Amino acid sequence: MRQYNKDVIYGIYSDEEILVSAVRDAKSKHLEIMDVFSPFPVHGLDQALGLEESRLHQAGFVYGALGAMLGFLGMTWMMTSDWPIIFGGKPYWPVPSFIPITFECTVLCAAWGMTITFYTICGLWPGVSNPQLDLRTTDDKFCIAFDRNEVSDVEARAFFAASGAEEVNTKMI
Amino acid sequence: MAGGFVAPVRKPLVEGQKTYHQITEDLCAPTERTPSKEWIIAFIVSAATLSFGVFCILWTIWMGIGSWNLNRTIGWGYDITNFVWWIGIGHAGTLISAILLLFRQRWRTGVNRAAEAMTIFAVICAALFPLIHVGRIWVVFYFFPYPNTRGSLWPNFNSPLLWDVFAISTYFSVSLLFWYTGLVPDFATVRNRASGLRKKIYNALSFGWTGSAKHWQRWESLSLVLAGLSTPLVLSVHTIVSFDFATSVIPGWHTTIFPPYFVAGAIFSGFAMVQTLMVMTRKILKLEEYITLEHIESMNKVILVTGTIVGVAYLTELFIAWYSGYVYEQFAFFNRAMGVYWWSYFGMMACNVISPQLFWVRKFRRSIFVTFFMSIFVNIGMWFERFVIIATTLARDYLPSSWSYYKPTWVEIGIFIGTLGLFFTCYLIFVRVAPVVAIAEVKHILKVGGDQYIGGEGKPSS
Repeated sequence: MRQYNKDVIYGIYSDEEILVSAVRDAKSKHLEIMDVFSPFPVHGLDQALGLEESRLHQAGFVYGALGAMLGFLGMTWMMTSDWPIIFGGKPYWPVPSFIPITFECTVLCAAWGMTITFYTICGLWPGVSNPQLDLRTTDDKFCIAFDRNEVSDVEARAFFAASGAEEVNTKMI
Repeated sequence: MAGGFVAPVRKPLVEGQKTYHQITEDLCAPTERTPSKEWIIAFIVSAATLSFGVFCILWTIWMGIGSWNLNRTIGWGYDITNFVWWIGIGHAGTLISAILLLFRQRWRTGVNRAAEAMTIFAVICAALFPLIHVGRIWVVFYFFPYPNTRGSLWPNFNSPLLWDVFAISTYFSVSLLFWYTGLVPDFATVRNRASGLRKKIYNALSFGWTGSAKHWQRWESLSLVLAGLSTPLVLSVHTIVSFDFATSVIPGWHTTIFPPYFVAGAIFSGFAMVQTLMVMTRKILKLEEYITLEHIESMNKVILVTGTIVGVAYLTELFIAWYSGYVYEQFAFFNRAMGVYWWSYFGMMACNVISPQLFWVRKFRRSIFVTFFMSIFVNIGMWFERFVIIATTLARDYLPSSWSYYKPTWVEIGIFIGTLGLFFTCYLIFVRVAPVVAIAEVKHILKVGGDQYIGGEGKPSS
């Protein structure tokens, strides 16, 4: 298992709406949240946390454009330069015939490029064991975590008590 | 957040007063308990069928394509019929996961996982046929453009058959990415409940997923873009499959209506197969509260719409054949309905055009019994459709001297039955290994779709 060497204090919540208002509360009190964990994507959470919008789709556009160029220019080179053959009286450079494969190359490169980028930037790969604060966060619990070096125990516990946390725990990850 | 207004006409998509924990318990259970007797029997039957199919494939490879009943007139018989049929079946999975995601249809969450799995397995079954029918399967890599030692000889990029290679391989790999990325958070849920070797296996499968807010944000972004990419992909794949026929000069194939008609037919047959699987899955795995009558009815509505589109396409084809004034085209269509294969034409019409019209009646749309039988009819009808297009058209071409008749050998039938075995074997393994309903996505819609929250009467959530 990976070690981050972080001393963490975290609160457990049982409802996503309480979680989001707790995150807003923490932000208003300028408490540095280390991370938030949930069993499903909670809409509104990224805005409350102030997370920047993901730029994955921009990466996808770049990969797609590269794929389209690769496909189209590759076919052009093969059919006009490397081994030009006339098939059924069609020209050496039959652009309409290239459309389907160019499209497929675009989709293929965009999808694979984005997916590989996603797993890489999230640190997710087969065999990786990222440290987990609480196993229930993939079941029915939501969790807000503070780094104990950033937020004092007293502040964190006061915050968790006020924001409706069910439990407060500490863990070294 | 999952809140929001729910129209009063909406019925619950998750029944039974569920909590998040209860959802985890219910949906992980099939992967955790020992297999039921029904599962074991189904698995043995599927695996036996698959084994017979493997035997027939090996027989074909050993003996050559002469072990099939193809002849100089009918060069495409069972192989391409089955290929197009299986590819069509795959399309519903991507449609449910991609197009319905873009349209924000919440009912997709109950059925998307199984439908996507179905896509993967159906495409594997489909891809087998072109691979085998080339005769020398050990040189199928010639399909792909790669720097080779045969004088830099590249494949023919003008050919729809090569477009197919790209379309199918792209479709398979993108569907796999979409399906697996959706599975990762659910594998993490199963991992966190497991111990020992199972924990290690699910840890590898879940890629170390923790459920961090940033990961969820990126996961949603990725899912949405993959859905956006898959949507035109669904349309392109069956359009390209239809080009295999439409770009030819054979009367009955050379028609511009083929791309939309093939796509509608693919969605039609795909949804029918999803219904077949869902009706059995919800019963055997006791998932009636997650795959509800609302889901069944919604899919029946799609079957009704696409079945009607297919019916209109059949009639349009007939009209245009007559209206064109082209004698060969007119003969091709007359021959389809009144020629030697009249039985397949009327089978197709009865199963695809007439039978789905039953779904105008709400009672039938919500009947499990009618749905199950209808799904079988539609699949038979759509198989007939591909057979009609391929066999009847080739059997009577321009030259009466080359007219011929085709009926498959036991080897061809065996390979088809074998692919059914492969499909069901893969599906049965899937329901034991992965949560068959997407856990995270069902939890996500619980507050707007669960009867605990909307009160069972469709009252708006607060």
